[in-house]
Amino acid sequence: MNGPLSAATIVAALVLAAWFFLRSALDRAPSRFDLLAMAALSALAAVLVVVAAIGLLDGTRPSDPATFAGYLVTTIAFAPAALWLAKLEPTRWGSLILGVGAVVLPVLVLRLQQIAEVTHG
Amino acid sequence: MADRTRTRPRGAALGTGLGRVLLLVYGTFALSASARALVQISTHFAEAPLAYLLSALAGVVYLAATVGLAVGGARGRLIALVSCTIELVGVLVVGTLSIADRVAFPDDTVWSRFGSGYGYVPLVLPFVGLWWIWRHRPEPAGSDRS
Repeated sequence: MNGPLSAATIVAALVLAAWFFLRSALDRAPSRFDLLAMAALSALAAVLVVVAAIGLLDGTRPSDPATFAGYLVTTIAFAPAALWLAKLEPTRWGSLILGVGAVVLPVLVLRLQQIAEVTHG
Repeated sequence: MADRTRTRPRGAALGTGLGRVLLLVYGTFALSASARALVQISTHFAEAPLAYLLSALAGVVYLAATVGLAVGGARGRLIALVSCTIELVGVLVVGTLSIADRVAFPDDTVWSRFGSGYGYVPLVLPFVGLWWIWRHRPEPAGSDRS
């Protein structure tokens, strides 16, 4: 796992989550900027997942590769799923969906790091 | 202002508005509970069979709630109502048992200690879900407001 990249993803996700929750509290639907920001966060998470997947090639495997792979798939898919649902919901609840999506992402990244640390080989 | 929230009629679909937020949260829990149960049961089932089977049950219940919310209508509402009720009972019973009888729960389920491992979301979620379903109860025939 790439430390700085994980940290950047976590910080960006938390900042965006706070912004989305604020937007929802102010009764605002997701703006174009909000949707683009979530797309950017999705891209950042995708880069993190690709880097983590490439990291598997150098021989240090997590001791629980199936769970690690499951989390990789979830991490790459979660933000886009939230983005898709938010696009369907042009109300304050759309902003809340983006907020929930952004706040779950750091949890996924932290779990990925935990699983990656337990290695063998 | 186009940016402002449009309000929907009360009878609008179960899966819109807050219902869509619930859809995302229930979908997430369906995924995490089922995946966790799958790993636990396939790798070390003998360690805590009761806890792992309850994890699997939780996964199925969250999945049913997600489907119910997505389907909507009378049938979806019923599915969501039943699964949210099981979920509420499950989180309360398993939460209490996991504190009272630690031997049966050496490993966590989503519902252990009232879902403390998941930020107590599993405890709050059924209340929000049931409230939302109640709000979307069918209007009595003949009343034509809104």
